[in-house]
Amino acid sequence: MVITFSGVLTGILLVPVLGAVVILLLPKEQKDAARIIAAVTTGVVLLLALGVFFGYDVNAANAAAEQGEVYFAFEDHVKWIESVGISWHLGVDGIAAPMVLLTALAGFTGVLISWGIEDRTREFMAFFLLLVAGVFGVFVAVDLFVLFFFYELAIFPMYFLIVIWGWAKTREYAAMKLTLYILVGSVVALVGLLVLYFKAGAATGTGDYSFDFRALHAAAQAGVFDQPFADWTGVSTARLWFPAIFIGFGVLAGVWPFHNWSPDGHVAAPTAVSMIHAGVLMKLGAFAALRVGVQLLPDGARAHLPWIIFLTLINVVYGALIAMRQRDFKYVIGFSSVSHMGLVSMGFATMNVTGMTGAGLQMFSHGVMTALFFACVGMVYDRAHTRDIPSLGGFVQKLPLVAVAFIVGGFVSMGMPGLSGFVAEFPIFVGLWHGPVTEPIATWPTDSFNYYGAIAIVAALGIIITAAYVLRVVGQVFFGEFDEERFPAVSRITVYDKIALGILIFWLVLLGVYPKVMAPMIESGVKPIVSMLGG
Amino acid sequence: MDFSTDVQASVLAVLPEILMTILAVALLALDVVWPDARKRDLGYVAGVGLLAVIGVMLVLAPPPGEVSDQLLLGGMIRHDQLAQIFRAMVILGGALSCLVTMGVPRLQHRGDFYAVLIVAVVGASLMSAAADLIMAFIALEMTSITLYLLVGYLRGDVRSSEAGLKYFLFGAFTSALTLYGLSLLYGFTGETNIYRLGGVLGRSDLPDGAVAVSLALVAVGFAFKISAVPFHFWTPDVYEGAPTPITTLLSTASKAGSVALLMRFFLAVFPPAGLLGALEGVKDYSALWVQLVAVLSVVSMTLGNVLALVQTNIKRLLAYSTIAHAGYILIGVAAISTDKSAEGAAAVTFYMFMYVLTNALAFGVVILFANATGSEQIADFAGLSRRSPWLALAMTLALLSLAGIPPAAGFVGKFLLFRAAVDANMVWLALVGIINVIIGLYYYLIVVKVMYMERGPEDGRPVRVDTPYVWALGIAAAGVLLFGTIMVSPLVDWATEAARALYILL
Repeated sequence: MVITFSGVLTGILLVPVLGAVVILLLPKEQKDAARIIAAVTTGVVLLLALGVFFGYDVNAANAAAEQGEVYFAFEDHVKWIESVGISWHLGVDGIAAPMVLLTALAGFTGVLISWGIEDRTREFMAFFLLLVAGVFGVFVAVDLFVLFFFYELAIFPMYFLIVIWGWAKTREYAAMKLTLYILVGSVVALVGLLVLYFKAGAATGTGDYSFDFRALHAAAQAGVFDQPFADWTGVSTARLWFPAIFIGFGVLAGVWPFHNWSPDGHVAAPTAVSMIHAGVLMKLGAFAALRVGVQLLPDGARAHLPWIIFLTLINVVYGALIAMRQRDFKYVIGFSSVSHMGLVSMGFATMNVTGMTGAGLQMFSHGVMTALFFACVGMVYDRAHTRDIPSLGGFVQKLPLVAVAFIVGGFVSMGMPGLSGFVAEFPIFVGLWHGPVTEPIATWPTDSFNYYGAIAIVAALGIIITAAYVLRVVGQVFFGEFDEERFPAVSRITVYDKIALGILIFWLVLLGVYPKVMAPMIESGVKPIVSMLGG
Repeated sequence: MDFSTDVQASVLAVLPEILMTILAVALLALDVVWPDARKRDLGYVAGVGLLAVIGVMLVLAPPPGEVSDQLLLGGMIRHDQLAQIFRAMVILGGALSCLVTMGVPRLQHRGDFYAVLIVAVVGASLMSAAADLIMAFIALEMTSITLYLLVGYLRGDVRSSEAGLKYFLFGAFTSALTLYGLSLLYGFTGETNIYRLGGVLGRSDLPDGAVAVSLALVAVGFAFKISAVPFHFWTPDVYEGAPTPITTLLSTASKAGSVALLMRFFLAVFPPAGLLGALEGVKDYSALWVQLVAVLSVVSMTLGNVLALVQTNIKRLLAYSTIAHAGYILIGVAAISTDKSAEGAAAVTFYMFMYVLTNALAFGVVILFANATGSEQIADFAGLSRRSPWLALAMTLALLSLAGIPPAAGFVGKFLLFRAAVDANMVWLALVGIINVIIGLYYYLIVVKVMYMERGPEDGRPVRVDTPYVWALGIAAAGVLLFGTIMVSPLVDWATEAARALYILL
């Protein structure tokens, strides 16, 4: 039974799936057809995503936030498995809309970058489209079963893409590690989600169990999750289960000490998959942790985020330090993702509008930036056949556009004003300095000194280290002497590559010079969360 | 409590069994009449015939609406939705087994093989509906004895004969224990109908120990049939040695029928207090079997999954996986006593349905592959994705379903099971299940990896897929995919309806 149906988001999900099916039905030899279908599919999806992004009504969202309501745009709501309380309910809020755009950008540019794949092109494109569909599903899900369904759906194409087309040396190990890590995290979070579902359902008194976010949110507002979890414990549901849900999803966001899968996975994956992987997939974890963890369990967030922020601090600084030590070009970027994703989780942990808006912007900015990075690394590696930084050098002469793109990405990564990195990171630090909107619950000595201020100061070190490793890589890979004998045939990059790089750079610059295109939207999505936290 | 004596209803209640018996006899007759060249088509007669039986059953023989009309044939049979859905999956498992038999060179021409196979299905189908100790035992034996035969059918093959003997010895032993347990129950109460028995047992002042012993003895038989630890020892050897269509049948029809009987038997004979139909003042023995089932579940999941990690033969791998899946199913069974919303039983029913389809798919691919390469080693699956992309994709779908990854139906199945466990306040059991899902994913993915990543010596040569296989694999794959995505709702609803019937004890 249809309740509301705008069709845009369902379209965004189904178009890639259809594309994948069509590609699989093609005869094996028609590689170009597979590529073109994949490009057209992701192109259509990109247009739809742009429509969602620019069609999102910030004023309506703000008005709803004033009323304390949950706002979703472009809702599709169809009854699905009624007896279990599951419906096909999609919608985007201010945080999800930029993520949808990000996924579409990474998907489209990913197909362009992968134009040169010759081994089983058909399967590659099909799995890639399925991966993109899975990722979209998480961002647009309002029903949390749907969220979970797509979260897991993204796992298996990812495994295939890495294990078949990945870097021969580590792909088996990395793909398995990544899959198991993500699955462990997600099923732990699933149990937490089931607990919320039963608590909320039992509290309705009518046996009206539902996975719908609105229903669970209403239960959270009514304080259902603040009741003791069971007879044998005085701890509330929220406080007992928040770590399971936040860190369970946080595994995919690379929260230390569960970040270990990510650099290995990024490095082993083929270029386009690394782009999706670091650019978008890690955001799934952060997004789900925010949606299911912080927004539904504000009391748990206030009790646990003050210590979890410490983990994110380790992410930021330690990730950057390790990136500095790497000789492998791609590992540098892999660990830089760990570091930057730490800033996202840190932004959540500020628990105020400024910091969380920064985190939302950082999700987008880092997604585009890291996709750009991996694209550049892929282009260099395809031609040099090595990623050993000391043996590379002088590539600016042969691949000027790649060098420019990488340097732009590097500036974003360092938080250079005028680019998106600054717009994203600055609010995180400001938010951190201000601290949470309400006093966090003292399970941690946050009041004895300026706890959040101290964290901000240490985290800022991460930026300096980032500058160091980025400049080191730029200097050693793109500048210096070019060894003609060692790299005799370095071809120019293709027009597809140029388009892809251009699109990604465009968004980094646009967001840097005109943050208003996105910041108010994210703010409108953050406000309801902060109001749950007591702000 | 009186049993309905409506003749028409009684006939309808066993209509599928009647039709299947006719089919089996017809196959024997055709085996004599048809020329040798045509005999392979006997598989079509059997497979399509069974599918037709499902259709006829669903259209002509819906269960009576009133509970009082459901106990038929002197209380031997309960014709309710639970019986209906389990019969559907049992017969479906049988039909798919018949279709895939058509690719096994030494069996495809043998009408007698198809006939015996169908009799095994009749037994499993009766198990789904049995409501009397005698009926239950006859149904159990009917599947067991035919399966002993079928497992050892390849007389020239040492492995098959060995498997047959092993299965027989193990089965005879556990049957005897079960029969002893059933006779104790009869001795305690003087009743054979399980619904009456439950009431009498609850009101008698027997020592708990005596009830526990009889319960444990009966449970041995069930544990053997669904290959739960510690009665699983036969499983790997029999799965490996038996003709693969029979392995399919063992892991689908035989298992499904036993699960239905297990749920019905425990809930009716040892009902939890407060269940609809359980009378005032009736003693609650349900904690006994809930604990037993929970323990069996944990050890089955863990042992099955851990031992599967080291397997190199695909049939043995699937055998250990089936032990693990018995454990998952028992999670749901452990959860059935405490919830009256029937979530546990619905989860088990859904899970079993998808498991029948999934295993038929997996074993179907294994047969094709074994025919093409003469090997059942996992390592020889190398390069399957290059030889036959569709076959590799079908196998992948089956493995994903077993691992519980969407879009395959296994995801919804596991989701419902864990949901039931959490609802029954058995979060710990759900967590054990989850750890096991992760172990399971590892070895399923290894097979996927071998198919997709490694290169085989015969990369270019596609595996031949005959028409019956296209049908069998097509039906199974479509089921696995559709019941995991757009068709979830009808199946869940049917399973829920079936599960509710379980809780009405008259």
